[in-house]
Amino acid sequence: MKASDKQAYLEEYELLKKKGKPFFPYAVMKDSVMALVVVGVIIAMSLLLGAEQGPKADPTTTTYVPRPEWYFFFLFELLRVIKPPELVPIATIGIPTICMVLLLLLPFYDKGPERRPERRPLATTAGILTILAMGYLTYAGATSGSPTEIDMKVAPQYKAGAEIVAGSGCLACHKLGENGNNGPGPELTHIGARIPRAAIIRSIEIGPSIMPSFRELPKEKLNELADFLSSLN
Amino acid sequence: MPKLSDLLVPAPLRNTPKPGEAGAPKTPAPQDLKSAPPERPTDLGRTGEKALEAPVEAMAWIDQRMAASGFLTGMLFRKVPKGTNWFYTLGSATLFAFIVQAVTGVFLAMFYTPSTTQAYSSIAHINNDVFLGQFVHGMHKWGASVMVILVFLHMGRTFFFGAYKYPRELNWVIGVVLLILTMTMAFTGYLLPFDQRSYWASIVGININGTGPIVGPYLSDFLRAGPELGATTLSRFYAIHMLLVPGAIIALIGAHLYLVVKLGTTAPPWTKADKPRVATPTSNLDAGVSGNGYRPDGAGPTIAGVQIDGHNGEGAPA
Repeated sequence: MKASDKQAYLEEYELLKKKGKPFFPYAVMKDSVMALVVVGVIIAMSLLLGAEQGPKADPTTTTYVPRPEWYFFFLFELLRVIKPPELVPIATIGIPTICMVLLLLLPFYDKGPERRPERRPLATTAGILTILAMGYLTYAGATSGSPTEIDMKVAPQYKAGAEIVAGSGCLACHKLGENGNNGPGPELTHIGARIPRAAIIRSIEIGPSIMPSFRELPKEKLNELADFLSSLN
Repeated sequence: MPKLSDLLVPAPLRNTPKPGEAGAPKTPAPQDLKSAPPERPTDLGRTGEKALEAPVEAMAWIDQRMAASGFLTGMLFRKVPKGTNWFYTLGSATLFAFIVQAVTGVFLAMFYTPSTTQAYSSIAHINNDVFLGQFVHGMHKWGASVMVILVFLHMGRTFFFGAYKYPRELNWVIGVVLLILTMTMAFTGYLLPFDQRSYWASIVGININGTGPIVGPYLSDFLRAGPELGATTLSRFYAIHMLLVPGAIIALIGAHLYLVVKLGTTAPPWTKADKPRVATPTSNLDAGVSGNGYRPDGAGPTIAGVQIDGHNGEGAPA
């Protein structure tokens, strides 16, 4: 923005302000109505939806759904979109950090004097695309499959292991046949053919990358789980 | 015409000259309380009227020491530009949602214990035993979602209206920092109820931080405060959620609002100031915008020897 543009804006603004109305009571009235709507919505949500507790946090049992609150779904879903392990840091930190830096520095690279959105096609398009992308990722996160149900034919000796998979929330991040979510974790449908039983146990105990560690799982359950997973080929 | 603030502000609140200054009324100090009547002609019997005066006297006493009435009336009666509409309530709505979070958070803090053994049962106590406990807990929980939505709506309005441009760049930067702090509040608050969902979601969240390049492992170590998510993690999240981030948010909201009052809110980008019919040579400001001092003979009005009708007729910033 050139100095003359700045001057012109300040002059125009001064005129607009002269034509305007005082903050009190006109703007204060609108703000107060809006404040009442906000508190009304919060009260209504509290009364209708409540604040019920889930089961108590327990590192040794793993019946949980490792899912964030809905406003972090877009970050979580980014991990499903970007799959290869070597690209995970880009999805987890890279893209959000770049977006934040771009957002923070916006007024320093978008310095044009134009303010009307229809005359800033680049900025307006980028803004709308960002909203659509975040909206889509949030929707995808909200509608992803239930991680605690498993529906597949399992040989009787592996039944116990399959129940642990269902009960431990593995399917929140892993796909298993028709069940579960495709990502962020790798697909488990043929995991037994891809890696040996010992490596499966090691992964469960260590929790590589963003996966939580399950080393608190009792030895017996761990073995049943590994039996089931290594049978998948 | 008297200033609007002069009409509304009671006389004792207006710029009172300091004692000893020129113009200060020279009132002799009363000898003692009984014999010193008020200077004003008052009917001593009408105590009701005296009672009515008391708040005014108190305000005058405070304002003599704070000298804030000028600033406050200036802030309250400042003009907002033409075209200001409902989109401009999103900022104050966000502030209001924050106030709801702060107030409900204080009441929750009265009953919450940030320890791994007691956190869950203290939330159960709030939900089941405390008067209106679940209601206040629910307001805090859902208020977080409402606040996140309002922050994004407010940012969207600022973005599409081009309101981050000169001279309000700094306020945009402060706003983005407030967005990050709001998301930090959302992340750290999620662990505090200490149920399965919050426990495991926080582990994944911390692990996600850990995959970042260079600083990632340090960040996740800092958040976890130990090899496993446990008691130290909970108290660290509690301190961040209760002390560190709210303090930073309050300070930055103060700076944000200061700049809003200082620079004024924008008008919608489609709103144009009506061009005055006649160029007013009294104001330099009108010259550049109106530019309608145009005369075919080229002899327009001048300000300080500078001809002002040489500007383009469109005047409005392109």
